[in-house]
Amino acid sequence: MQQVFSIPKSMKKDFRYTFCPGCDHGVAIRLVAELLDEMNLREKTICSTSIGCSVFLYDFLDVDCVEAPHGRACASATGVKRATPDKFVFTYQGDGDFASIGLAESMHTALRGECVSAICINNTTYGMTGGQLGPTTVMGQITTTSPYGRNREYYGYPIRVAEQIALCDGTAYSARVALDTIPHINQAKQALKKAFEVQLQGLGFGFVEILSSCPTNWHMSPQEAHIRVKEEMMPVFPLGVYKDVTTEKGE
Amino acid sequence: MGKIVIDANRCKSCYLCVSTCPKGLIKKSDKTNRLGDYLVEFDDKNNECIGCAMCAKRCPDMAITAVYK
Amino acid sequence: MAESNEKVLIKGNYAIAQAAINAGCQCYFGYPITPQTEIGEYLSAEMPKLGRGYVCAESEIAAINMVVGAVSTGVRAMTTSSSLAVALMQEALSYAASDELPVVLVNVMRAGPGLGYIYPAQGDYNQSVYGGGNGDYKIIVLAPSTVQECIDFTYRAFYLAQKYRNPVILLADGLLGQMMEPACFGKDPYPEVDVSSWALTGAKDRESRAIYSIGTDEKKQVQHIYNLFKKFEVIAENETSYEEFEVEDADIILTAFGSITRNIKAAMKVLRDKGVKAGCFRPVTLSPFPHKRINELASMGKDFAVVEMNMGQMFKDVKYAVEGKSNVSLINRPVGEWLSVEEIVSAVEKIMESKYAASIQYS
Repeated sequence: MQQVFSIPKSMKKDFRYTFCPGCDHGVAIRLVAELLDEMNLREKTICSTSIGCSVFLYDFLDVDCVEAPHGRACASATGVKRATPDKFVFTYQGDGDFASIGLAESMHTALRGECVSAICINNTTYGMTGGQLGPTTVMGQITTTSPYGRNREYYGYPIRVAEQIALCDGTAYSARVALDTIPHINQAKQALKKAFEVQLQGLGFGFVEILSSCPTNWHMSPQEAHIRVKEEMMPVFPLGVYKDVTTEKGE
Repeated sequence: MGKIVIDANRCKSCYLCVSTCPKGLIKKSDKTNRLGDYLVEFDDKNNECIGCAMCAKRCPDMAITAVYK
Repeated sequence: MAESNEKVLIKGNYAIAQAAINAGCQCYFGYPITPQTEIGEYLSAEMPKLGRGYVCAESEIAAINMVVGAVSTGVRAMTTSSSLAVALMQEALSYAASDELPVVLVNVMRAGPGLGYIYPAQGDYNQSVYGGGNGDYKIIVLAPSTVQECIDFTYRAFYLAQKYRNPVILLADGLLGQMMEPACFGKDPYPEVDVSSWALTGAKDRESRAIYSIGTDEKKQVQHIYNLFKKFEVIAENETSYEEFEVEDADIILTAFGSITRNIKAAMKVLRDKGVKAGCFRPVTLSPFPHKRINELASMGKDFAVVEMNMGQMFKDVKYAVEGKSNVSLINRPVGEWLSVEEIVSAVEKIMESKYAASIQYS
């Protein structure tokens, strides 16, 4: 018998995720680890970690990590890359970190065309603090700080991150993927690979927004949560490649 | 013919694998973990597993640590 | 200008910038703010010539976090800013202190509070020494008083930051930043620091490293904070520095930090000519603060007159160091025109007449 699946070598030995049951973070981190293995990047990787559920990345991935304050992972990654341009540098952030408190840092890193890769986990809420309204909370969504649902009067509108990042001239690749089904997980890995490659090729900023479930704060079973990703998130956040300078989608 | 290996210490009983297996070979177990959640078990009496590894790709906790084909 | 024993006439801001280059600063990240903008301008021209990193950051918050990222790889990097914008950097300084990262930050002080204005002041003593970030942490703070010291202390800042893995603030002010003076760059006198035991370079042939400040384990966090403070005791033991003049026979010691020190030295001479036994004391490291020496001098019965361009920020530390053993007076103007030699002399004369501690505030 041939082994067709094993735990990626870039995962720490004896790691055990501390995420809630059914949380898609675990899948996203596995995809990153598999790519670090396949692209032989682990030994030259420096990761800029973020604040929120994503904060414990260094407990799981067996790579060098530096922790950035909330929202500043792209700034810190810029510093790492400018200091050591031969390293592979990526950030792993939530939507609150990347697109709310850190929107300026994220956008300007894209505008500068910094050769780093950024991953933004979009689960439409602040998970770590218990499910508050975030920059990606969809209209009508009930959270602990939007108990009557998100509306224009009190909260305004959610941000479509992948589209916004694609508008930046320094962006080499921007895509939105999801983890709700196996085909989507496979596509997500291809998108992450592309976002890593554009960095290695020196083409600019590589970005992937990953639609993710948060069963705990959505008060749903993991199965129901994946249905919500499809039915409530995808109409607002359509999957797709929004920019890819290596194909005709570049300009 | 295929085979999977489940690490009970990593399983958090989300049961995403149960609904993912195209052959329905993963079931809720009678055994529980520390939290009292029922774990999952691989039940392949008729050697139906095709080694597609969809369960492992789906598992958010990498509790399915190996898949053989 | 690089590494020459020749004296050159140079502005404080340019001196800091060139000294950073000489000290091996590999990356500069900055955002413009008067009165320190020349540092970024100068480095934007020089760093690309040397193939070093330069980023016009989108904000001071981004700039300091870029420094955090850069220094985590073991290279030397810095940012420069001024007062109200340094306030924006306090979060990252707290992280860097906890992460034990050798961040170098130059603060060319201007007037506050709020927007204040671009005239000089010394209102950031508390911000620098006590910090605006959260939690218990300590920063090394160096206060130059001349353009020559802007150069010397820039060399020292990079060295101390890496030697002790601790953030360092070079606390200059608008006067120093904007003034031209003859100075000599010489050569960075400090040895190279080995960073290989902690720097992030990719987990090749070794275990992976993580630099973080999160402390989920209470007991470990307690120990971590004790360790940080024990480290700072070592820093205090080795690195506390100050300058003193004619304190041996002095009845009153004029005490100041930064560029106003120049005026207390001149005032001391005038007072001596008038028969007042005045001395001068100037902390060079504001943190660690020379408590011990001040206490010794107070034990000899010497009074202190603290001269500051703020509302008496260092004054409190001097009082704390004196422990009530002698009188500590304050001579100050919160912002603006530096206290003149005449103003200082006349204030000291008033204090000497009263025989008690006094607070003499100029408008």
